[in-house]
Amino acid sequence: MLGALAAIPVLIAIAVRVTSGSSSGRGPAFLDQITQNGLFVALTAMVVSTPLFLPLTVGVVAGDTISGEASHGTLRYLLAAPAGRVRLLVVKFVGAAVFCLSAAGSVVLAGILIGAILFPVGPVTLLSGDTVGPVESIGRLALVASYVAVSLLGLSAIGLFISTLTDVPVGAMAATVVLAVTAQVLGALPQLDWLHPWLFTNYWLGFADLLRQPIAWDSFGSNAVLQLGYIVVFGALAYSRFTTKDVLS
Amino acid sequence: MTAALAAAFAVETRGLTKRFGAHAAVDDVHLAVPRGSVFGFLGPNGSGKTTTIRMLLGLASATAGEIRVLGRDMPHELNTVLPQVGALVEGPAFYPFLSGAANLHRLDTANRYAPGSTRNTRVRDALARVGLGHAEHKKVHAYSLGMKQRLGLANALLSPRELLVLDEPTNGLDPQGTREVRHLVRSLAADGATVFVSSHLLSEIEQICTHVGVMSAGRLVSQGTLDELRSTSDRRVRVVTPDPEAATRVLSGLGMQPVAFSESDLRPGDVESGVTAGLTDSVAPEEVVAALVTAGVRVRGFELVSSTLEERFVELTGEGFDVVQ
Ligand SMILES: Nc1ncnc2c1ncn2[C@@H]1O[C@H](COP(=O)(O)OP(=O)(O)OP(=O)(O)O)[C@@H](O)[C@H]1O
Ligand SMILES: [Mg+2]
Repeated sequence: MLGALAAIPVLIAIAVRVTSGSSSGRGPAFLDQITQNGLFVALTAMVVSTPLFLPLTVGVVAGDTISGEASHGTLRYLLAAPAGRVRLLVVKFVGAAVFCLSAAGSVVLAGILIGAILFPVGPVTLLSGDTVGPVESIGRLALVASYVAVSLLGLSAIGLFISTLTDVPVGAMAATVVLAVTAQVLGALPQLDWLHPWLFTNYWLGFADLLRQPIAWDSFGSNAVLQLGYIVVFGALAYSRFTTKDVLS
Repeated sequence: MTAALAAAFAVETRGLTKRFGAHAAVDDVHLAVPRGSVFGFLGPNGSGKTTTIRMLLGLASATAGEIRVLGRDMPHELNTVLPQVGALVEGPAFYPFLSGAANLHRLDTANRYAPGSTRNTRVRDALARVGLGHAEHKKVHAYSLGMKQRLGLANALLSPRELLVLDEPTNGLDPQGTREVRHLVRSLAADGATVFVSSHLLSEIEQICTHVGVMSAGRLVSQGTLDELRSTSDRRVRVVTPDPEAATRVLSGLGMQPVAFSESDLRPGDVESGVTAGLTDSVAPEEVVAALVTAGVRVRGFELVSSTLEERFVELTGEGFDVVQ
C-alpha cells in the first residue's frame, strides 16, 4: 500500500514531464510550478492524495485492525494468550498511527526523489512571497507530511471503533472510507457552516499555512486539537465496545 | 498462587448460563473439573460445549452464573489465570501468510507474561512436540487440516500450563496424529496438568479421560468419573441357549425381567435363540448361571454386558439425529 502511495508522485511527475510546455494554468495550484522546481512534485502529490488516496489506505488499515483478526479467528487466540483487550486496542491504534506517518512520509519522500530526478531543484518561493533554500524547503515538506499524518489520526480512531463492531473487515474498511468522503462533502456545503469546525476533515488541506514565513502554526494547532478530540471520543467508544464484546468468531 | 494451588477444582462453574436472544445455548451448568483429571466434555453438535469453553476463557461473558478457573474468579482475574491456561477453541486459526513458527512467535509475544528470552526455544519445543519440526518455516496456508490442528496444539503448549482446554483436539488428524494426541494428553496429565477436552468421539474420550461431563441442549445432564457414568446404567446378562422358554422361567423366578433375543441381539455364530435380562443388585451373575444349570437349561453362552459409553451417551442425549435447539 505504501508502494501504491509512493507511485502517486511518480505518476504526477512523469505526466508533467511528458506534457510539459503545453499545459500551464490547468490542474491543481502547484502543478505548473513543478517544471521549474522539482520540490513541488511532493507538494502537488500531497494535495492530490489527501482527499481520497490517503484516507482510502488509512481506512483499509484502521478498518482491518480488530475485524481482520476476528475474521481470521486469531482474535480469540490473541485474547486467550492473554494479550489483554485494552493493550491489544492500544497496540492496534499505535500501528494505525505509524501507518499514517509512513503513508504521508512515503508520498513526500517519493515526491522529493522523483522531483529531484526529473526536474531542477532550487530555492522555493513561499506563499508569503519569501524565498527559502532547498534544504529548508525539504524541512517544510517534512512538516507538511507530519501535518497530514496528524490529520489522519482522527480517521484512524474512527476506523478502529468501526472495526470493533464487526467481524467483516471489508465492511469496516468501506464504512471508514465512506465516512471520510462524506465528511469532506459536508465540509464543502456552505449551508452547513456551523458543522464544519467539528468535521475531522476540516483542516485536512490546511497545510498551506506551513508554507509561509514565519510559519503560521494556527491550523496545525487547531487540527491537532480536533484530531485529539476524535481520538479521545472514538478511542473511548472503541474501548467500551471492545472490552465488553463477546468474541464469538 | 496459593489460592490457585489450594483449589480442589481446576474449573468450577455455578449456574453458568449463556443466552443468544431467547435461546439458551448454555443453561444452568454446574461444572466441577477436579485438578489433575482428564475431563471429557461430551455432547452432540450444538449442545453448548464451545460456548461454555468461550466463557471459561473470558472470550464471551456469561448471562448468569459464576466461573472459577484454577481457583480464581473469571473473567475478573483473567490476567492471572490465562497465562496458566493453554487453549484450542473451535479449531485452530492462524495468519495464512506467516510460517508456523512465526505465527507461534506472534501469539507468544501477545502473551505479556511469557518471557521473550526463552521464546525461540519454547516455540521450537512446542513444534517438535506436535511433530511439526520439519514444517515450521512453511507458510500456514500451505498446511493441511491436520497440520493446522497440530499447530493449534503447539500454541496451547507454548508455556508450561496448569490447565489445557482443548476443543475437539483430534479433529482432522490422521490415526497417527490421533494417537499422538492421546499420548500428549496422557503425558500432560502425568506432569500434573488438568486437561479439559471436548469431543464427540466417544472411543477417544473413553481411552484418555478419567472424568466425563455430558452436555445436551445446553444442559449438563451428567458428570462424574468415567466409571460412575458407565455404572449408573444397569448391567445385563445375556444367555445364549436353545431353550429360551425354560431360561425365561428361571430368570423370572430370580425376580428378573427376561426378554427373548430379537433379531438385533443375535451375533454371528450364535444359536438362533437366547434371552437377555437386566441384572438386579440382589442377584449375583454366578447365581444366575447356577440356577440355569440346575434347571437343566442348556447354556451355550453367558455374558455380562455393561453398557458402552456410546449407549450411555445416546441414553442421556437422545436418539435423534437432528440438532436440538
Ligand atoms: N454467535 C452465536 N449467535 C447465536 N447463537 C449461537 C452463536 N454461537 C453459538 N450459538 C448457538 O449456541 C448453541 C451451542 O453452540 P456451540 O458452538 O457451543 O455448540 P458445540 O457443543 O460446540 O457444538 P459442536 O459439537 O458442533 O462444536 C447452538 O445452538 C448455536 O446455534
Ligand atoms: Mg464446538
